Amino acid sequence: MSGFRLDQGGRIDRSQPVSFSFDGVTYQGYAGDTLASALLANGVMLLGRSFKYHRPRGLLGAGSEEPNALVSVTRGPGRFTPNLRATSVELHEGLSATSQNRWPSLKTDFGAINDRLGMFLPAGFYNKTFMWPRSFWDRLYEPAIRRMAGLGEAPTEIDPDHYGATYAHCDLLIVGAGPAGIDAALEASGTSKRVVLLDEQDEAGGGALSDPALWKWLEESLKDLAAAPNITILRRTTAFGYYHDNFVGAVERLTDHLPHPADGAREKLWRIRADEVVLAQGAIERPLVFAGNDVPGVMLASAARTLLQRYGVAVGRSVALMAAHDSGWRDIFALARAGVGVAAIIDLRESVDAALLGEAQVLGIAVELGHSVIDVHGRLAVKGVTIARNDGAGAALLACDALLMAGGWTPSVHLWSHSKGSLAWRDDLGAYVPDQPNEAVRCVGACSGKWSFGSGLVTDSLPTPRDQSRIKAFVDFQNDVTAKDIRLAVREGFKSIEHIKRYTTTGMATDQGKTSNLNGLQIAAQALGRPVVDIGLTSFRPPYTPQSFGALAGHAQGALFQPTRKTGIDSWAEENGAVFELVAQWRRARYFPQGGEGMLAAVNRECRAVRSSVGIFDASTLGKIEVVGPDAAEFLNRMYTNPWKALEPGRCRYGLLLKEDGFITDDGVSARLAADRFHLTTTTGGAARVLNTMEDYLQTEWPDLDVWLTSTTEQWAVIALQGPMARKLLAPLVEGIDLSADAFPHMAIREGTICGVPTRLFRVSFTGELGFEINVPAAYGRALWERLIADGAAYGITPYGTEAMHVLRAEKGFIIVGQDTDGTVTPYDAGLDWAVGKKKPDFVGKRSLSRSDIVAPGRKQLVGLLTDDPTVVLEEGAQIVADPAQAVPMTMIGHVTSAYWSEALGRSIALALVAGGQQRIGEVLYVPMPDRVISARISGTVFYDPEGARLHV
Amino acid sequence: MRRQPPQWRIEMLLIHCPYCDEARAEIEFAYAGEAHIVRPPDPSLMSDEEWQRYLFIRSNPRGRHHERWRHIHGCGRFFNAVRDTATDKFEATYKAGEPRR
Ligand SMILES: [Zn+2]
Repeated sequence: MSGFRLDQGGRIDRSQPVSFSFDGVTYQGYAGDTLASALLANGVMLLGRSFKYHRPRGLLGAGSEEPNALVSVTRGPGRFTPNLRATSVELHEGLSATSQNRWPSLKTDFGAINDRLGMFLPAGFYNKTFMWPRSFWDRLYEPAIRRMAGLGEAPTEIDPDHYGATYAHCDLLIVGAGPAGIDAALEASGTSKRVVLLDEQDEAGGGALSDPALWKWLEESLKDLAAAPNITILRRTTAFGYYHDNFVGAVERLTDHLPHPADGAREKLWRIRADEVVLAQGAIERPLVFAGNDVPGVMLASAARTLLQRYGVAVGRSVALMAAHDSGWRDIFALARAGVGVAAIIDLRESVDAALLGEAQVLGIAVELGHSVIDVHGRLAVKGVTIARNDGAGAALLACDALLMAGGWTPSVHLWSHSKGSLAWRDDLGAYVPDQPNEAVRCVGACSGKWSFGSGLVTDSLPTPRDQSRIKAFVDFQNDVTAKDIRLAVREGFKSIEHIKRYTTTGMATDQGKTSNLNGLQIAAQALGRPVVDIGLTSFRPPYTPQSFGALAGHAQGALFQPTRKTGIDSWAEENGAVFELVAQWRRARYFPQGGEGMLAAVNRECRAVRSSVGIFDASTLGKIEVVGPDAAEFLNRMYTNPWKALEPGRCRYGLLLKEDGFITDDGVSARLAADRFHLTTTTGGAARVLNTMEDYLQTEWPDLDVWLTSTTEQWAVIALQGPMARKLLAPLVEGIDLSADAFPHMAIREGTICGVPTRLFRVSFTGELGFEINVPAAYGRALWERLIADGAAYGITPYGTEAMHVLRAEKGFIIVGQDTDGTVTPYDAGLDWAVGKKKPDFVGKRSLSRSDIVAPGRKQLVGLLTDDPTVVLEEGAQIVADPAQAVPMTMIGHVTSAYWSEALGRSIALALVAGGQQRIGEVLYVPMPDRVISARISGTVFYDPEGARLHV
Repeated sequence: MRRQPPQWRIEMLLIHCPYCDEARAEIEFAYAGEAHIVRPPDPSLMSDEEWQRYLFIRSNPRGRHHERWRHIHGCGRFFNAVRDTATDKFEATYKAGEPRR
């Protein structure tokens, strides 16, 4: 118990006490606290356990760079967020947080045995140890690792919050509202530029918030900015990624800081396109690398200053400083002036600025130059340190309850790196700074390497007389990577920092090495004996800090994940109890159960109705393209396998569309309305793709053709009326069309009216029965549907869904592109030779049909499959073998593409792609399933009415 | 059943449509493969090897890449572009049928 609240100071509101809980214990803080500052004010130093060794950890930093203090926050059912940095969690009344990565409790954690086994857990331990034998992985290694590893726990309930998103455009985007960012905004305040200034913290000010001398300036500046009409300030907004062409993604947190989540969005994703970006992200202080640098109570000097100045919290009663940089001296002076006890200043350097020494003397602080901390005492909190001269002599014990580290500064070049700006190494800073921009962007302030923190000595780790291979001096606190691990990786032959990073996992935790990358880099360079610039630099990638999936998903979840397209008749299906399925983005009625019917009973009834009387089906989702122009027939002739030029107006044709590689990509029945006008249909899922392909050929290969393409999918409602009674039902409703078999044969189209509405009436059939597809303007679809249902009652008209449609077409051997074909099936494979215009000189895909592997024997071909046991329905996708007795893995010669119970045939039927299938008709093949082997005989693909007698009536 | 790509993808590029003569966000465009691969006027005259090259072989360079885009949610036109595949920067866009840049 070291930290405590000072009687005065800070920007917290002492008139507003706030109670909160951590690991079930209730504490009190103030409005304006973070969870971290409030816990420290209550003397809580131990905030978490480390990832690999389960070592006790406290605060390292005071901002979003914090690697140790990861907590889970619960805000009610479903509102559970793991891995939040306690330094970024704003305190509010009732806040409930828990520590992570420990069992059973933070103080007693069984996982800490890993710490004592540390010498057995070197870099690459997992790679080396868990390789072999393979069979141990599933049973032993993975469950054990899963129990021990991981940061926090994944939420288990559905997130009830919703998340907003917006696009923003501005002339100037400033990332970071510290002094440099505010200056840049003030500069633009008198202009006509649209400016967005954003900052991740709850208050604008950045580093100025930790410096009372700047508070007056800050207040006045923010007042000026608030008054400027061209400037938008976004607080609690993290710019997480910088993408091409000055496109910056940011997340604004709207409700997490409130005691009760409001009705509004929890977070909002900003997609900002800026003419110019100014990065003012500041710099992050660097820890020093020495044994015990992770004991709770060892922290960055700047963090201690922030806790003091901003939150009125002292990190200890007797605070020591281990410095390699001037800035730490100023930090501890501030603590001393506020009345906090200072144990000593230890500085790696042999000499420092006389002014600093003078001030230390005035404040009565003991100074040890040319010394380093070589050990830290205490397990759950700092009890003291051992220091020694840099040559290893003169080891002495120093009592203290907190140790500050001042290792110099690392410019935050994360977003600059996302934007692919180049970096330059600065020996004096021991850091990379922005060099050449790749976008319209500039860096200002500390993130450009300009700061007034003074200077320091760059060091990869502190000197120690102890055996380097026996101490744990942490580099990456979040992933538990020590200096020893990095040196070991170098000894094992790793030379590039990219490889060292992956092998040791340094910099690969959720903080992306904000506090560790440069120490790791310098230790590796030192071990390799090469300059830092020679061993490369790992890339920063979005997100800058972890962001919630909710913010990225926005409203694209549940019903809004993607648009659901509905036909004009969909509402009738819903009112009449249809069970739906999604086909592409369309919601389609799958079947219409009656009473307590299951799917099979409903589908059987629907099929019986179509075969015996009349069924009605909503086919509006069919893709439709109007092809118009003097060269329309020539164009289709080139696109489809079939000949189109001789097709007479008023007639239809089944069209087959290939890709240039010769494989089937779409099909559909199309009609010629006039010499220069066609009504094309495509598959439901293929409409957009087919139109795009056709536009492509038209615009880029054959721009000389005078043809226009228009998508008409949603212009027409299409009602399929199928069954022997279809004509009788239709006749009284139609005007201007002679429906007789002679005047209106199968595969014809007529225009007229139905119930007074203009119609394009197709006589086509996907069921094998007498059938019509009635196209009417979409808005009339439901009215016509209801009329047909009413008038059809006399014939027992039955609405049927996609499932019955599938059964009926399979009985006739009609393929579904994408189900019975898979992108490797040619027209010949599918038994559609008759649809290929062999006399045509060319069409898309024709040349490929004579490629050697396409004409080779043994290709998979579409065949029918009849199980020996007629009651067994095969599983779609099941594999087919010739010899079920062969050893596993068996030679698979094909697979089932479609399989149904055929009510008309009183048995099961299936379609399958089988190697050399067309030569195997009559053979018995086998379908091995987990519980049995099913035998089936190969047949033709047309199971029902092979002569087509039912069509031509 | 075909699913759309997730909608939260960050669409970042700005692309200049040579027909609309405007730089618009990537989300309005669709990529359409390598440019200047002309469909042979008479494929039947091609050897299997020549046809295979036309079908499958693409240059896939690191650096300058001639490629096609379609302003699919705009004017609907296909056009050509030169984009650096390493930096993603567009050097130029130009109308279909214009000579290679
Ligand atoms: Zn355009």
